[in-house]
Amino acid sequence: MTADIFDKTHETMTRAQMRELQRERLIKIVNYAYKNVKFYKDKFDAVKLKPKDIKDLSDITKIPFTVKSDLRDNYPYGLSAVPINDIVRVHASSGTSGKPTVVLYTQKDIDMWSECMARLIAATGVTSKDICQISFGYGLFTGALGLHQGMERLGVAVVPASSGNTERQVMLLKDLQVTVLVATPSYGMYIGEMIEKLGYDLKDFKLRIGLFGSEASTPEMHRELEKRLGILSTDNYGLSEIIGPGVSGECYLKCGMHINEDHFYPEILNKDTLEPIENEYGELVLTTLTKEGMPVLRYRTKDLTKLNFTPCECGRTTARMEKLRGRTDDMLIIRGVNVFPSQIESVLMPIEEIGGQYEIIVTREGALDSLEVRCEVADVTLLDNYKRLENLKDKISKSLKVILQLDARVKLVEPMSLKRYEGKTKRVVDLRDLSKI
Amino acid sequence: MLVNQIAVFLENRKGRMAALSDALSKEKINLIELFIADTTEFGIVRMITDDNPRALKVLKENGFTVTSNNLIGVEVADVPGGLASILSAFDENGIDIEYLYSFSRKEAGKAFILVKVADNDAALKALAKYNVKPLGKF
Repeated sequence: MTADIFDKTHETMTRAQMRELQRERLIKIVNYAYKNVKFYKDKFDAVKLKPKDIKDLSDITKIPFTVKSDLRDNYPYGLSAVPINDIVRVHASSGTSGKPTVVLYTQKDIDMWSECMARLIAATGVTSKDICQISFGYGLFTGALGLHQGMERLGVAVVPASSGNTERQVMLLKDLQVTVLVATPSYGMYIGEMIEKLGYDLKDFKLRIGLFGSEASTPEMHRELEKRLGILSTDNYGLSEIIGPGVSGECYLKCGMHINEDHFYPEILNKDTLEPIENEYGELVLTTLTKEGMPVLRYRTKDLTKLNFTPCECGRTTARMEKLRGRTDDMLIIRGVNVFPSQIESVLMPIEEIGGQYEIIVTREGALDSLEVRCEVADVTLLDNYKRLENLKDKISKSLKVILQLDARVKLVEPMSLKRYEGKTKRVVDLRDLSKI
Repeated sequence: MLVNQIAVFLENRKGRMAALSDALSKEKINLIELFIADTTEFGIVRMITDDNPRALKVLKENGFTVTSNNLIGVEVADVPGGLASILSAFDENGIDIEYLYSFSRKEAGKAFILVKVADNDAALKALAKYNVKPLGKF
């Protein structure tokens, strides 16, 4: 298979051309933010930094970071660079505690966002001949409308199914001959389970490509999605603070997520020292280079990844980011050992006898942290005797031990008994804080 | 003879067994025999109903992990030593028993023994040598 390059100029420029474009745009956005957003003027002034001090890309490290709480503290319109009559859209991220973080778009921002999305969508192999069902929840969340606009920009027929009522989702996929599915990876998995439960054959469907984003997922999860749905399963990345989805995404070759670098400038920093690093995993820090409504400079994403600047075989020359290793926020420290839920997922997905859903429970028993992993029994041949069930538990524990260097209790539960989510899935339940109360 | 049974994976939590029997009763499926061992986390419920193929379908539709397989069924007189005679037949022929359960019909003076082995053919062959009465209708 191949895929068209939506914006040949920006997606295939040489590294030198890209850096020059980024340099020009960085200088412009720094001056723009300083002049129009009091928050940035105060930040610059506090460290005695002037916009004219930013002459080259390497000068970016002089700029103070922006963090999530800055958005919350300036709720709702404090970071706007334009008067409200120029704002055409407001989105908000799910605030787990207190107020949500609000993000603002001008018409130019919406157009840029749609372009960025269209590039990433085209890179997966989707064309104007496709029919796409969007099973993200519509609303304040950027995911659904972001993909929606990008699909329309590319000329794809969009079915805005939103999330929920999974049986109906399956009916639409089948009856409308949908070829492209957009959902969270875990909801994609649930849709796959529902197809099986309803007794349909994959031959009844025309599905060929999936764009699964808005939560971190392992390659093993995508292989499982490919198997269950009979599609090419791709990952894409973004965050509302920067734009929403559209920052980066995998092309059909699935070897890293191409970043729309001409709009979002990426840095990778050591997660502890915050010094720039190359060719290793670190925290991704992003700067919007062209955003009008709410420019964001050096936003700490808390996501861990690394960058690859070599040209891709698909023809694109844009930097590629590795799939997220996890968010620094998601990292669990269990008995002093760092554990990323993605490591657990990578162990569980290839195990045939269990289903695609899982749950991680951390508790404290006395002074010791205890890790429990719950998986659903899927293979009926396990019911031959208890030994087979016990062997499966042992096999999972041993594989987890190899990866995590930690003993985990494995609990086998009934199929469809773990909670299914239509949006972002909550895989980890950390009960340690509760037990302190 | 071979007796078909249904095996269901069940978590050891409140209400699961009730959910299982509810699903069957709604479809008017009668349980002839039911067998569960107690474990801490999960169990395998084994049962024979008056319509196993339909029970299998109903339980699947209700989201249970369920399968069916065949056991060796024999009938013995409901007297002391009835079971022992069968077990020695297995033992002498080197047939390993995974599990067994039995029930009796007092009024008929008969006991039924259901045995799970790895190789049903070998077990049937062994039993044939011993004048064992295969299980009739129960």
